[in-house]
Order: sequence, then structure tokens, then C-alpha cells
Amino acid sequence: MGEFKVHRVRFFNYVPSGIRCVAYNNQSNRLAVSRTDGTVEIYNLSANYFQEKFFPGHESRATEALCWAEGQRLFSAGLNGEIMEYDLQALNIKYAMDAFGGPIWSMAASPSGSQLLVGCEDGSVKLFQITPDKIQFERNFDRQKSRILSLSWHPSGTHIAAGSIDYISVFDVKSGSAVHKMIVDRQYMGVSKRKCIVWGVAFLSDGTIISVDSAGKVQFWDSATGTLVKSHLIANADVQSIAVADQEDSFVVGTAEGTVFHFQLVPVTSNSSEKQWVRTKPFQHHTHDVRTVAHSPTALISGGTDTHLVFRPLMEKVEVKNYDAALRKITFPHRCLISCSKKRQLLLFQFAHHLELWRLGSTVATGKNGDTLPLSKNADHLLHLKTKGPENIICSCISPCGSWIAYSTVSRFFLYRLNYEHDNISLKRVSKMPAFLRSALQILFSEDSTKLFVASNQGALHIVQLSGGSFKHLHAFQPQSVEAMCLLAVSPDGNWLAASGTSAGVHVYNVKQLKLHCTVPAYNFPVTAMAIAPNTNNLVIAHSDQQVFEYSIPDKQYTDWSRTVQKQGFHHLWLQRDTPITHISFHPKRPMHILLHDAYMFCIIDKSLPLPNDKTLLYNPFPPTNESDVIRRRTAHAFKISKIYKPLLFMDLLDERTLVAVERPLDDIIAQLPPPIKKKKFGT
Amino acid sequence: MAALEEEFTLSSVVLSAGPEGLLGVEQSDKTDQFLVTDSGRTVILYKVSDQKPLGSWSVKQGQIITCPAVCNFQTGEYVVVHDNKVLRIWNNEDVNLDKVFKATLSAEVYRILSVQGTEPLVLFKEGAVRGLEALLADPQQKIETVISDEEVIKWTKFFVVFRHPVLIFITEKHGNYFAYVQMFNSRILTKYTLLLGQDENSVIKSFTASVDRKFISLMSLSSDGCIYETLIPIRPADPEKNQSLVKSLLLKAVVSGNARNGVALTALDQDHVAVLGSPLAASKECLSVWNIKFQTLQTSKELPQGTSGQLWYYGEHLFMLHGKSLTVIPYKCEVSSLAGALGKLKHSQDPGTHVVSHFVNWETPQGCGLGFQNSEQSRRILRRRKIEVSLQPEVPPSKQLLSTIMKDSEKHIEVEVRKFLALKQTPDFHTVIGDTVTGLLESLCPDLMEIALKKKDVQLLQLCLQQFPDIPESVTCACLKIFLSIGDDSLQETDVNMESVFDYSINSVHDEKMEEQTEILQNGFNPEEDKCNNCDQELNKKPQDETKESTSCPVVQKRAALLNAILHSAYSETFLLPHLKDIPAQHITLFLKYLYFLYLKCSENATMTLPGIHPPTLNQIMDWICLLLDANFTVVVMMPEAKRLLINLYKLVKSQISVYSELNKIEVSFRELQKLNQEKNNRGLYSIEVLELF
Repeated sequence: MGEFKVHRVRFFNYVPSGIRCVAYNNQSNRLAVSRTDGTVEIYNLSANYFQEKFFPGHESRATEALCWAEGQRLFSAGLNGEIMEYDLQALNIKYAMDAFGGPIWSMAASPSGSQLLVGCEDGSVKLFQITPDKIQFERNFDRQKSRILSLSWHPSGTHIAAGSIDYISVFDVKSGSAVHKMIVDRQYMGVSKRKCIVWGVAFLSDGTIISVDSAGKVQFWDSATGTLVKSHLIANADVQSIAVADQEDSFVVGTAEGTVFHFQLVPVTSNSSEKQWVRTKPFQHHTHDVRTVAHSPTALISGGTDTHLVFRPLMEKVEVKNYDAALRKITFPHRCLISCSKKRQLLLFQFAHHLELWRLGSTVATGKNGDTLPLSKNADHLLHLKTKGPENIICSCISPCGSWIAYSTVSRFFLYRLNYEHDNISLKRVSKMPAFLRSALQILFSEDSTKLFVASNQGALHIVQLSGGSFKHLHAFQPQSVEAMCLLAVSPDGNWLAASGTSAGVHVYNVKQLKLHCTVPAYNFPVTAMAIAPNTNNLVIAHSDQQVFEYSIPDKQYTDWSRTVQKQGFHHLWLQRDTPITHISFHPKRPMHILLHDAYMFCIIDKSLPLPNDKTLLYNPFPPTNESDVIRRRTAHAFKISKIYKPLLFMDLLDERTLVAVERPLDDIIAQLPPPIKKKKFGT
Repeated sequence: MAALEEEFTLSSVVLSAGPEGLLGVEQSDKTDQFLVTDSGRTVILYKVSDQKPLGSWSVKQGQIITCPAVCNFQTGEYVVVHDNKVLRIWNNEDVNLDKVFKATLSAEVYRILSVQGTEPLVLFKEGAVRGLEALLADPQQKIETVISDEEVIKWTKFFVVFRHPVLIFITEKHGNYFAYVQMFNSRILTKYTLLLGQDENSVIKSFTASVDRKFISLMSLSSDGCIYETLIPIRPADPEKNQSLVKSLLLKAVVSGNARNGVALTALDQDHVAVLGSPLAASKECLSVWNIKFQTLQTSKELPQGTSGQLWYYGEHLFMLHGKSLTVIPYKCEVSSLAGALGKLKHSQDPGTHVVSHFVNWETPQGCGLGFQNSEQSRRILRRRKIEVSLQPEVPPSKQLLSTIMKDSEKHIEVEVRKFLALKQTPDFHTVIGDTVTGLLESLCPDLMEIALKKKDVQLLQLCLQQFPDIPESVTCACLKIFLSIGDDSLQETDVNMESVFDYSINSVHDEKMEEQTEILQNGFNPEEDKCNNCDQELNKKPQDETKESTSCPVVQKRAALLNAILHSAYSETFLLPHLKDIPAQHITLFLKYLYFLYLKCSENATMTLPGIHPPTLNQIMDWICLLLDANFTVVVMMPEAKRLLINLYKLVKSQISVYSELNKIEVSFRELQKLNQEKNNRGLYSIEVLELF
């Protein structure tokens, strides 16, 4: 296959934000996740847990609560006191509405989905009616003494439970008055703590209220009498979250010690109808606070300060013991945060509020496989570009020539011109951006850096001509559907532009004639990455189910190779990978090669070689030794895989013989997190 | 968990129970309804849940019921026999027993037996059996005599096994007991003699039986208060021959043997039996439920008014005569959910797991002969799990036993081995046992090692030690005593397996080197730390004869092989220690010498192993040295001849400790080396590397 010099980059100092809330939607099998920086992500659990949508964060918008209502409408509320609804098609915020109760700590949608309840800092519980295109304030419940930290509806919708500091209130929804007030014991292992915060409540249909609190207790209350039924002390620290299964036969809680406990309703004796709640399984998949948990029909979902989103399938609920039954830990975003200027060997790193530009180093030495070469020049940090305003960066791109940098936030689009004079670089912002370029979901430069393609959040695709620092809007392709486009690919000759949304097919536009060329047939799974090959103009598309298609744009049909692959099927190990392919590129001199990578491997597909079947070894890290060429040729297959670099966030070919790989070791991320609760370990 | 619930009496009506109690309690065709026959003239049908009688029938004054009324489940009618020969059949509508169907038989009836799903059987006092229908067709038919004169039927029970009616009855003649098993369909009658074992003068007070697959498990409560189990095959191998059955002790002293009142026993389910009787001679009578699997008393209930020593069990009810009234105690054995207690609900159908069969597939023996002996299986784990056996072409009697063992279940093997041991010893006894023992468990034939110990049969003991994974510590220690005390000349004659012993005299040249080495090692030790300076000095003056002593094996090879078998056997320290104290001091010294010698041999090579096929391991040697010293330290210390040995041991231990502390230091250095290695892999933030893809 060949030898490469690999620039192994570990200075991308990316730290994902901690997870604050998760909300599972049973109808669509999707999970909404909000992070501490206000970002909201949507994971499609049916599509191999792919992160198909995201809403960029905002400094002042700390999301404290997230819920689905009215079927598939997503709401969030936070410490800025606003309730927001997200537009899942256009990928923007539909509206934000002040609840006028101070910071909002909790929110819950009614069982019917038509009402929304928020718990505020001032102790008020406010009921909102969900109208088809907005929400409308209905009334306040009896004001409580202190902030309402948790809310739960009774499945019948007649009562709610509200967790506050030191007590739990039960409200009658009709009258809005508190029916019961249940005082939570402050005592913690004999020591009276200052306060006992009820972090979570769950109201079951039999009238039981389950509460979790800062004293490490899980308690069961009888809402009819307002009495404590049972108490489990499960942690030495706060129990911060609770989620109950729809069948109400199991629930999950998360603690500040990083432990997740599973409780199940188990018969007291076999064959008896009398059942009791029993703590069954503890899981320790987190190092830090588990701020939030969710309970899907088949899995426990947890997230917290350590930034991992963990799916723990319940083995007894899993029908077939296939790869779906495995534990999943999602740490990195399923999109590319890095772009690269091949010509100048530059890397542009995108962070939440700034961009970093780095120049790769060089070496003159050569070596054999596995050698680390002495550097003649180290990598340089050229630029640190901070955004103005509180909004997070949505996307960014550096042009292949290295002279342009573009990025966008929700409200503004920025384009910069870079000038290189020896070792100095100067940066100049291109001002007077047209109004329609307000916000972009994806930015891409053409190979010759003369054109800029922008996918706006209104669904339109803009083509902008760049020439020597000036700027000219050429054309806008009007949206084919309401769905926003979040992936772009342009052919190296600049003639073709492909754009893809999250679910509909890939649209291919003719840039010369400025018209829609064709639409690649829609596929069941979302596109995770795509690219157009040089010369042949074959569009290579990777989907979240790990399928890879090759579509010939000139012929408007799938290529023969792609058909062969589909006929034979991918190797089972290839299909079992659990991270999506996030980037595809091509070898400039070898048209038969496709380079693609996910977080744990990169692969060069050599289309000239036979495909592997399930019997062949997919991944063989060892060089053929002492074997005759015949055997080597016989065992060789199209997939050349390397797992040396991981977790791999970006990989591209700089030139024929040079690769750049950006790794982000998990240890480096953990080192930057706040310290976890110290637990006494034996011998320390 | 088995439990007895609150008792209740069936009626306030005082039954005319004679001194013998009731005649019987039998099921009727409706659940919850039972036929109670008193010892006089009356049959009463009770509904248990209502605690009241539904009907009552009496025979005429002057007549007497001699056989409890039963229900013919096929017709729903009731059958009773009065005056030994007169059979009456009636149903619920009949009022007067005089007016119902009557048949006079030609012989005296012992009992009518009826179970669900088959026609009732009539058992005559002479042992003949007839179906009710066949008997009614010709009531005056001639009834043959099956049992001999003076033989009396004591007890009987009727089973349906795989839809075949099987009748068992026990007879007694001059203190001997016989069991008859009648396969009713095939009309095969098999007679067994029940061997009572050593305790010849015990009398069996009560019987009960349960049936599983191939065996009738006959449980008997003897006058010594113990419950014994006898397994009777349903399908006999050789029906013509008079066969004998051996009983095995199931539960010890559950009731007082010499109680005034009667005792009764009934099997409740596979694992539980109910016993009626006084636990102590003077105490009041009790109904107790025992778990025979775990040998534990599950529950018990005092019956202060005394009973008739009769007990019946149907469905979930135990019936007994308490004082003058018929008392019912419901018995429940609910499956307690461990899952519920532990919070783990078992998935009912887990495709990943399968039940491990209790029965061994004999077609594919897992181990064979020597190969099996060498296998390093954890013997404790094997307990009651697998039985492996190797088949070798052998002399007929052993072959017969072996083939039985190969074909049958664990329980059957137990029966066969017991039978074999109970018989007189044959000339080829050893050979047979030798072949049989391979793969058996000690607990299956506890008498075997006892006999071998009595006869000082070291060859057999070695075999047992090698093969049995579950030898009690007391037996292990008894073996050790014999191995240490037996004379060299008598050892000469035996044929002991020598595979664990290596001829150490071969590499005596190497030994010299070893001795030098220990001296060098001594140099690494700092004598200043030593608190026993003069003894150390004394030690440093190494006499020539001591060297010789430590290099030559202190015991003959055959004895070494036997001792190695002890070293290999499994034990638990707590149970072994008290027994070790009983061994004479000179034997302890000898054994210590041998262990010291083995330890020196072990230290000769870097891997710390002994040569040979199956040698004792270093850990085994060390453990036994510790054990012996723990158990007998005060004794050994006082012995002048052991002094040198102890000093040598002490010196050796000390030098070894110093060696290991040095090794510790080296280990720390190497750990640093490992750290260096790790750092090499941990690269900086940026590097350019060469990668070749293949």
C-alpha cells in the first residue's frame, strides 16, 4: 500500500462540555442531550446512535431542563429564565419566552404532552399550555418557599410532585394548591447537613413518589398520606438524577460519585404478586457527577461532568445478543471540528468560542515503519481568533490555499483574509457581509480557493466568488425541502457541489450551470460524511449504519464498484464499528484509493483489490513476513486499516506521501476536568 | 422454606378410635374431601376446608371394618372391607351400608389400594394381589399364597410409575424384613431381603416411600430413632434371584427410640420428611419436618395431647389423631426466591445457559486410567458433580460392578457399592476396588477407607488419597499415621504407585553445588540483625554429617510415595490441625525431616519445583511444614533428636528471607525499568512518524 509520513498531532486542546440533561423520546427513539455550554444535541438511537443534529450553545444560556412534548417538540429551560423551543427541521431556536420566575431549575411535560410545567428560583411552579406554534402561560401554582429543583407529573395528569430544598410538595393540578408537604430528613449518616436538596422526583401511577436528594438517599413516599415508605441510602454524595421506565418496573439514579444504580420492581418470592423495589445493579461508567439519566425501553442512559454519554443496554430487555447489546460511550462530536490547508500545511481547530491556526512542522529525515523522525521544524501556533459575543461557533473552514478563514455563529458570519509575509501573518476581516449570510451550518471552499460555499440555516446554498480580498455573491440555490443542509462536498474541479441534510437524500448541484443536477436516492440512515473524488467525480457517501456508497455524478448512478460492494456486503467487523465515519478524502495520484476514518481507525480502501468476506481477517496490523507473494496477494483485500491513532478526530492526506492525524487522548481531556469527588481507596 | 401452618381439628365428634388409632385416612375423588375410617364401624367423609363431615356410614353392630375405605377414582365409588372378607361398594347417595353392593371373598384382605388414574388393587394377607374389577367378576376365585408362614405384611404402598402400577409391601418374619415389589402389569414379583446392618436388634417402626425414575426410595424409621433409606430398583435385574438391599443412614436420632408412644414417618416431597414422635424420651410428642438434603430440622409443632403414632399426608394436609380428635396441619413448602432476596430476578428463559446434567455421559469417559490421575483438576470442585471411571478389561465380578457404575446414576452407584462392600470380601477384592475407586467419591463409600485403614492396606489408601477428592481430614490424618508408622519391611511387599517420587540419589553431585550456594547466600545476610548470635555461630560450623543428612532422603522411596499422596490431598487447616496433634513425636520428626529434604530439593532450581511426573509443589511442602509445626511445636521443641532439624529449618528460613528481601530490591529496580518503557510510548504533543500500510 505504501509508506507515509504522518504528522501526529496531539495539541488540539479540545474539551467537550459536560452533559447537563438528557431527554429520551420514545416515539422517534431519539435522545436530546444538553451540555453545560448550552449546546443541545440530538442522537438518533435507531441510526446507530448517530448525533444527527445540534444546536450551538450560548454563554448565557445554561440549560437546566430539557423535555419532549406534543410528540416530537423539544423544549429547554435554563438559568436565564427562558423557555425555548427548538426547530428540529431548520436547526434553529424557534422562540425563547421568559417565564418571569427567575432562573428555571426544572421542567416537565404533562403525560398528554399538551402542558408544560416549570419550576423556578422564586418557588413558583408555572403551567404553560402548548399551542401548535408556541406556548402560552396559563397559571401559577401555590408559591413555595424555595426554588423548585425537580418536577414530575402523575401519569394521570391530576397531580404533580415538586422537589425543593428540604421538602417535597404534592400539588393538585386542577386547584393548583399544595396537597401534601413531605419533609426530607437532613441527617446524613448521623450528621445533620445544612440543607437537603431534592434533586429529582418521580411520580408513579400507584401514587408512589420516588425522590433522590443531596444526602445520598433514594426515598419512596406515599403521596396519598404524605408519608415516607422506604429509604435507601446509596451514596456518600448527592444523588443527582432519576429516570423511570415507562412500564414503571425499573428506574435508574445517578450519583455524584459517578455511579449509576438500577432499581427494579421484583417479586418478593417467585410466583408471588407482591413486589418490592430492589436495588439491583450498580454501574460505574463515569468518573464524575452523573448529572442526568434517562431510561429507554432497552437501556440506561447517563451523562455528566465527565462529558461521556453512556448507553448501558439492559441485557434482560435485549432480544438478540448482537452488537447493540454492547455498552456505548460517546465522547466526541460526530462532526469535523478541524479543517486543513494542504498547500500551506495548516490546521484550523474549532473550539466553542475561538479558533486556533497551527502550522505543521517538518523533517528531512526518513525512516522505516514505526520510526519517529527528528523534527527540523516544530509545529507553530500561528493564530488565536476569539469570537465576539456569547454565541458558540457553529462551523469553520480554512481555504485550501490557506488565505481565507470563515466561521459562523448563530447570528453572524465572519470571513477573514490571511496574508503571509515570511513568518508574519496578518489578518483582515472582510466586512460588509450581506444580510443573507447571517448564519451558516456548513462552510466549504473550493479546491482552488476561489469560491466559497455556504449552507445557511434557511436551507439555501450560497455561492460566493472570492478574488483577492474582494467578495461577490454569485448564486443561491433555493432549498429543496424545509430541512437544513449540514454537510457539503465540492468536486476538485469545482464543477459539482453536493449537499446533504440529516434525512433526505443528497442533492448534487452543477456549479457551472447553477442548477440542480440530480438527487442521490434517499437512504434510511443519515449521511455522516461525503466527498467527491478527483477526475471521476464519483461522490462517496458514508452513512451512520457504516455503509459506504459511491455514486457517479456524471452518470447519475451508483458505480459498479459500489454495486459490487452492496451485493457482497461489508465485512461484519466493519459494520460493527460504533463510531461514524466523519471525514473522507482521496489520494491525488491514486484514483482507486479512498481514505476515510472514524474515531478509532482510519482506512484506505483500494478499489482495485478484492473485497474481504466475513472469513478473511479484516484488520491485520502485522506486515507480511517470510511469506511468498502468492499468499500475500491471496490474503490482501481492499480495506487497509490502521488503528494506531486514536481517538482520531481528523485525518487527511497533505500530499501523496504525507498524512496528518489529529488525536485527542482521553487522558488529556480528563486532566482538564474538575477533580471528581475523592473516594477513599484502600492503600491510598 | 418448609413450614407448618396453624392446625385445626376436623370435627368435634369423638371418633371411636381404638388403642391402635384410626384405620386410615384416604383421599376421595374430590380434592379437599377425605375418607376417614375409624377402627370400629364407621367411615366418615370430611370436607377439610369446611372442617365438617359430609357423610357418614356405618356397618351393622357386630361387624367390624378391617380395611380402611378407599375411593375408586375411576367410578367415584367407595370401597371398604369388613370382617376381613366382606367387600362393600357404595357411593355418596347411599345411606345404609347394609343395602349396598356386597361381595364375599375367599381370602382375607390386607388392604385395598387406590390411586388416581388406575383401578384399585386388593392386597390379600397372604401377599396375593388382584385388580378390583377382576376380583368382582369372580369374588370366590382362589387366592394363592405368596408369602411364607408366619410372615406378616407390615406396610404397603401403591405407585403409578410411567402409567404402570407398582405395588410394594414389606413383610416381617422373626425380625427379618422383606420387601416385595409387584409390577402389576407384567405380574413380576420381586422379593428383596432388607439387610439391617450391624444393628441387628433394631425394629423398624414406620415406613414411607417415594418414587423417582428408577428407584423406590424406601425410608424407614427404626427403633434407634434414625431414619434409613433403602433404594429398591423398580425394574429388577434378575427377578428370580432373592436379592438383598442395604440401607443407608439418612438422619440420625430424629426421635427418641424408646418412647412409649408410636412414631410415624412420611415423605412430604423430595427433600422433606415429616416425623411424628417424641424428640426425647420424656418430652411431649412433636410433629417435625426435616430436610433430608441438608439434614436440618425445618419446623416442628408440639402435640401435647399425644397421638396415635399415625400420620397421613395428602396434598397439602397432614392428618393425625391428636388426643381424641382428628387434626389437620397444613404443610407448605414455598420456593423462597433467592432472586427476590438478592434483588436479581432470574430471566426465565436464558438462551445462553443450559442446565448442567447431573448424569454423566458414560459413552465418553473424560479421563482414563493414568491420564486421569495426572490431570490437575481441582478436586474439591469435583465434589458430587462428576463421576468418572475408566473401563479396563477385568475379571468378571468387578466388570459387573463397573458396568453398573457406568450405566447408572449416582444414586444407583451408591447402592451397588454399598451392596458390594456389605458382601463378604472376595479374593479379588483389591483389584475390583482399585478399578472401581477411580473416579468415585469418598462420600459414596465411606466404609472403603475404613476397611483399608483397619487392614493397613497402604496401597489402597494411596489409591483412595489420589482418587477421592473429598476425604475427611480425620481419615487423611489416620492415613498419615499409618504411612509413618508402617515398617519398612512390610512396605517392601506392597505395590505402591511411585510416580510422584523421583530418585534423588541420581543427582547427588548437584547437591554439593547446592550446599555451596546456600553458603554464598548466607553472605548476603547481615548477621548483625540476628538476635540469636551464638546459635547462628553454631550453625555456621556446618558439620559434615549434617550435609549428608540433608542430601539423602530420610525415608525409603515407597514411604516417600505414600507421604506424597498425603501432600497432594485436599484438606482444610482448621479440621486437620487437631488430628495432627495425635501423631507421635518421632513420626512428626520423621515427616518434618522428609519435608525439609523436599524443600531443599525444591530450592535447587530456579523454578522451585521438584523433578518427576507428579511431584509435590513447593506450596504444599511449605503448608505442611507450617501445619506440623503449628500442631506439635511444643512437643518437637522438647525432643533432643529434633533439635538439629529445627535449627536447620530456622537457619534455612532465615537465609531464604534474606534472599527474598534482596530480590525485593531487585524487583523495585526492574519496576523503574518498566516505567521507563511506558514513558517511551507516551509521546509528546507533536511528532512526525513513519507508517507503512500493508
